[in-house]
Amino acid sequence: MNERTERSEGREGVPDRPGMTERTERSEGMPEQTVFSVEDLTVTVGTRRGPARAVAGVSWQVRAGETFALVGESGSGKSMTLLAATGLAPRAAQVTGRVRLLDTELSALPDDRRRRLRGRHVGFVFQDPMTSLNPVLPVGRQVTEAAEAHLGLTRRAARDRAVELLDLVGIPSAAQRVDAFPHQFSGGMRQRVVIAMALACEPDLLIADEPTTALDVTTQAQIVELVADLQQRLGTAVVWVTHDLGVVAGIADTVAVMYGGRIVEQGPVDAVFDAPTHPYTRALLAARPDPARRGEDLVAIPGAPPSPLDLPPGCAFWPRCPVRADPRCEHELPPLTPVGAGHTVRTFYPGGTP
Amino acid sequence: MTRPGSGPVTAADVVAELDDLAVHFPTPAGVVRAVDGVTLAVRRGETLGLVGESGSGKSTAGLALLRLVDPTAGRVRVAGADVTSLSRRRLRGMRRHVAMVFQDPQASLDPRRTVGDSIAEPLHVHRLAGSAAARRDRVAELLDLVGLRADTAGRHPHELSGGQRQRVGVARALAGEPDLIVLDEPIASLDLSVQAQIMNLLRHLQRDLGLTYLFIAHDLAAVEHMSDRIAVMYLGRIVETGPPERLYRRPAHPYTAALLSAVPVADPRVERQRRRTVLSGDIPSPVDPPSGCRFRTRCPQARAECAETDPALVEVSPDQHAACLFPLVREAADPA
Repeated sequence: MNERTERSEGREGVPDRPGMTERTERSEGMPEQTVFSVEDLTVTVGTRRGPARAVAGVSWQVRAGETFALVGESGSGKSMTLLAATGLAPRAAQVTGRVRLLDTELSALPDDRRRRLRGRHVGFVFQDPMTSLNPVLPVGRQVTEAAEAHLGLTRRAARDRAVELLDLVGIPSAAQRVDAFPHQFSGGMRQRVVIAMALACEPDLLIADEPTTALDVTTQAQIVELVADLQQRLGTAVVWVTHDLGVVAGIADTVAVMYGGRIVEQGPVDAVFDAPTHPYTRALLAARPDPARRGEDLVAIPGAPPSPLDLPPGCAFWPRCPVRADPRCEHELPPLTPVGAGHTVRTFYPGGTP
Repeated sequence: MTRPGSGPVTAADVVAELDDLAVHFPTPAGVVRAVDGVTLAVRRGETLGLVGESGSGKSTAGLALLRLVDPTAGRVRVAGADVTSLSRRRLRGMRRHVAMVFQDPQASLDPRRTVGDSIAEPLHVHRLAGSAAARRDRVAELLDLVGLRADTAGRHPHELSGGQRQRVGVARALAGEPDLIVLDEPIASLDLSVQAQIMNLLRHLQRDLGLTYLFIAHDLAAVEHMSDRIAVMYLGRIVETGPPERLYRRPAHPYTAALLSAVPVADPRVERQRRRTVLSGDIPSPVDPPSGCRFRTRCPQARAECAETDPALVEVSPDQHAACLFPLVREAADPA
């Protein structure tokens, strides 16, 4: 089972194979290999005010070279889904469900094995680059720290590799900047450093949690383009968490919309944007300003997203829902129902909510 | 509804203005020229949108209107009076005329005070409600205006949602019946489903109470929706102004064009087909801005002349001004 993983863990050759231009061994034969899958993931966090059900029964997967976008507002459970799936959830969290990374069932592994696999095969980019960077270490050291640990690079090889990676993510004069400290970089450049760090072990999976939210729109465009370009060259599977539907439209192959800890709608990006079916997805898309309707009121959603401590018994969106198509919605959880090819929605109506 | 901004502007129309304003901050790394020669007039009843990236000086320009920063050069005028060098004591009276709503209502409201006390503070400071009972009534009235129940007055900020807290921030800004409200990123920290509520609220209040807004934001779609006129800032300067329908459809300054092209659209087909102008590099340091046009180091169509001449804002089409030697739009002013 773990044969493949073991082999890649033992793989060296990064220093004598400069440039992460082509991925050979993993892409051959199975270009659409499922890299990461989450099945029936549930996360309950114990708090002073009782258990909070942050995530409930979430399932999704992402294949090599594809981008899966997880969309939702604060408290929807999108970030917790990723933390729990990768074994990074806080101690107070109870996690159930199955998670597979490549051929290994991650959820069944003891902590240290899981950490090794994660470090070797998963790269992370978070919203604030300074939470990932040590302010008192030169960026070059940080970029290859994981590679030193997981690939056994020597200090010297690591430094060369750091320059190569910084160059890859578009840091100008990387050979000089490798010894600079994080505070000497702008916000956008810091996020590039973090991306270089995430790519150091040539991960199969890149997890990006709101990586552009703190950045200006022109810098966001640069980062989005950088990740798309790297993905194309390296065949990385990407999971991108965001609340920005515009970013989703630009990057995603598949999208899942989360609300109140559950996925309410999931499908190919075109299907979800062309035929949004869950009232929440529809409301989100309709709430955005439309230049053609300047001067009119925006179609606002009343109320606020629910707290994970205080979720309604039926559909979590019911209290704010403008449709309320079925009397059962209030008390009974609508099932995930297929409405199109690969397109599922939490609704009682197989044809889509009327 | 007559759109403000059409017709000649008289002095009486102007609620607040910056006149060739400079705000410089001395730092160990040198003098940061946060705002460096900005002229801007906010007209009564309009929403003037101010956009730009972080470091463009848009927030500092907003703070200057409240005299929360000290101008290095230039003038600040509010309600016809020059307030550039008012004393601290006299500023207090002036600040009744200009109120501010901040990005993060969690940070701008005192966590230990009830919502009612926070809203009543400006009433105290400006002696606007004689008795405690009158203050209570006014607080209830203000809460009602922003769509909150009267019993919210007794609650603390942490008991409210982000959207409710921002409503409190707006109620507080309304308390002194200001001539101008500076809205500094008022929706940026709110959830998408709540942003629309707050934008609708702000527009309804403007319509009902005749308010004037300076809407500072980096969300270009929101600024387009809210504003009657828009000013685009880059590195301490205004590079383009105009009504949103012109500025967004036919931007004249290459920076405006690049900024607009970077905004993602919630439509996968549009996104796949569009060609964006991805600007290279970062905004240069405001300690040492480039010579000539400040945008030239990142401008896709910069020419040699751009390093020599610092372009002034000139009219490129009716009501649209751009500070560029080679604007993307240039038509004779409409004779009609």
